[in-house]
Amino acid sequence: MSKGARAGRRISALVSAATAVMLVAACGGGSSGGSAGSASAAGSAAGSAAAGGSAVTLEFSQWWEPELPTGALRGLMDQFEAANPGIKVKLLSGPFASTKEQTIAGAAAGTMADVVGLDGAWVSDFVKQGALADLSKLMTDSSYDATQLAAQIKVNGSTYMIPVVNFVYPLFTNNDLLTKAGVTAPPTNRTEFMDAAKKITALGGDVKGWVMPLSLEAPNGIQNDVMSWNWSSGGSMLKDGKPDLTNADVKATVDYVKSLWDAKVVAPGGLTMKEQDKVEEFTNGRVGMMIDSLAHVTLIRKSNPNLKFSISAIPAKDGYTGKRGIPYASWGIGVSGKSKHAAEAWKLVSFLMNEANNSTLSTAANAFPGNTKSVPGFVAGDDLFKAAFDIYKAGYPANEFTGLPVADELMRSFDEQLQKTLTGGETVDQMLTTTQGTWSKNF
Amino acid sequence: MQNDVKAAPRQSPWRGLTRPDRPSPRRPLGRRLEPYAYVFPTVLLMVVLMLVPIGMVIRYSLMDNVILNQNPVFVGIANYVTVVTDPDFWNAVRNTAFFTGVSVAAHLVLGMAFALLLNTSLLSNTTKAIFRVLFILPWLFTVAIIAVLWRLLLNPNGVLNYLLQTAGLVDSKVEWLADPAIALYAVTFINIWSGYPFYMMSLLAGLQGIPRDLYEAATVDGANGWQRFTNVTIPQLRPIIMSIALLDVIFTTQQFALIWMTTGGGPINVTEMLSTFTYKLAFNRYQFSLASASAAIIFGMSMVLAFFYVRYQKARD
Repeated sequence: MSKGARAGRRISALVSAATAVMLVAACGGGSSGGSAGSASAAGSAAGSAAAGGSAVTLEFSQWWEPELPTGALRGLMDQFEAANPGIKVKLLSGPFASTKEQTIAGAAAGTMADVVGLDGAWVSDFVKQGALADLSKLMTDSSYDATQLAAQIKVNGSTYMIPVVNFVYPLFTNNDLLTKAGVTAPPTNRTEFMDAAKKITALGGDVKGWVMPLSLEAPNGIQNDVMSWNWSSGGSMLKDGKPDLTNADVKATVDYVKSLWDAKVVAPGGLTMKEQDKVEEFTNGRVGMMIDSLAHVTLIRKSNPNLKFSISAIPAKDGYTGKRGIPYASWGIGVSGKSKHAAEAWKLVSFLMNEANNSTLSTAANAFPGNTKSVPGFVAGDDLFKAAFDIYKAGYPANEFTGLPVADELMRSFDEQLQKTLTGGETVDQMLTTTQGTWSKNF
Repeated sequence: MQNDVKAAPRQSPWRGLTRPDRPSPRRPLGRRLEPYAYVFPTVLLMVVLMLVPIGMVIRYSLMDNVILNQNPVFVGIANYVTVVTDPDFWNAVRNTAFFTGVSVAAHLVLGMAFALLLNTSLLSNTTKAIFRVLFILPWLFTVAIIAVLWRLLLNPNGVLNYLLQTAGLVDSKVEWLADPAIALYAVTFINIWSGYPFYMMSLLAGLQGIPRDLYEAATVDGANGWQRFTNVTIPQLRPIIMSIALLDVIFTTQQFALIWMTTGGGPINVTEMLSTFTYKLAFNRYQFSLASASAAIIFGMSMVLAFFYVRYQKARD
């Protein structure tokens, strides 16, 4: 072997060793939780820098930015940075599903972003892990006036999540289909709804009266499309914070949903249908009525500009005159329990929750504000949104799954049993008793 | 033959080499460590990316609910007992066995049929090129695209029902993915559709490598087409068939994305697989220790298959 070749081998060996050392270093950095961990490491570095007098960089993970008009959230962050010199905000944005997985991983690894976008269904489990900071304490420390908040999600008496904006789920009705079917106005009670659904289905073709997505991949159909019937009639699925699925209201709700299914007025494919499929069925004029998020109004208008539709309150049980619960989903916000910049993180939360900024955000999101004094801009110029806002104000936001432990799993187990009932595998009573037993184990 | 080998005079493997190239026990330490430096990055990657995660999952599976519990304690095999006594687990095992068994068998039959078609001399090269492009298309799509595509095709108001109803083959809309009696067959069909090109391309490469003289010799011996297929083609392709079939069993057993994005394991639990069962334990029920136990069981099953694969490969070598 020549000297050159030997030298080459030594250089190769050195390069290999150097690569190994770099790998060890890289893996050491990454072991704190994948991408979230890396980002958090960056945040920690920023925190150290802050201690030395330079800017603090807050990480803010959420799924909101991709769902808002381009630049809307970044614009708010720029305003926050201008108002709070020394604090920078790094947005960690992604679709809902990946944000959820990263947040769960971050909670487990202790590498959650300083400020986190939250869904109400996650809160209880994150609190158990000690992953979220007690916002009640942060509010007290900063003398924050909490009365301006429309809602606070509490666990054991302390606030851990604040709904920033709320997406309500009213009843959408296809004006043309209703007119063709001879239905003069959107139904207000269960009997009228069944009648309207039957008449619309009788139009024939691919048209059905109602649509109910029950996919087990995302079982939020239980919350939005099934239990909403119960809440709209003032019913509850809980008693003293514990499951109470065998009560008369829940039984009447499931009986009613089954009667719609048995009457064959529900769009086919419901057992594996997802929310986006539901919206698609309605947008394409194959379904006369659906319960859906107000957030989809723009999408429906864009996808089918010719579709004429109305928004009304979800029908209540016959003869009900009380206030109607209207289901909602929130873009919630919280602060990491491991954040080194909790005070700065709270500044960002309170910035998003103040009257002006909350109005801006809710307007951009086509949602209702989390600050009671805020009024979204779209309400004034759009009849549909105005109608929805009126329904929202006339009733009360109702979502009993928010804050429950393993809320997703509760919906899924309810969903599985409901599917068995709809396909004739068991009675409604059996279904509710079984689900009550399954749920109780989680409380 | 063995006697011949024994009878052959033994020769030093170092015969003819000059002294400096012989291994010496007194080589400097740096020279002796040099080979290890070459393999070290690979070994390190394997340890960090494979052994450490596997070790962590196994450790988690032996604790009470890790991650959610601030101070998890060792519980032995309790999580394994919970998993294997769960009827949902055995439902998932049955579904996975059906899904995998039917998928692998159909992949093999379809892959072989299309490979033979593309290897035949009865079609022109242009026709074969067109078929080759068409047949390989399913392989070019990602799982997400496949799921969306088939959800649209199999929608009750979708293309397939339209064609079947137009042709008078069905009276009402079939709920392919939402009917508990059909859903498992539907997702298995989708998996078959998406996976056969892997077999087709592997077997086509194998077919093109079979010497022509074997077929000529068989023809001279009076073998007909079927006999040439069973006595020449299949034996020649056996190593490839065994390898890809074992790999396919491992891949299909672990199929998650396709099931999750088409049915989510439903309706009810008729398409629940081991992969979706484990995912739900972790990310819906937050039972990370149970999920780890389930994952460890799947890992054990995969290891058994991998053992046979490696043993088969060694036997071939």
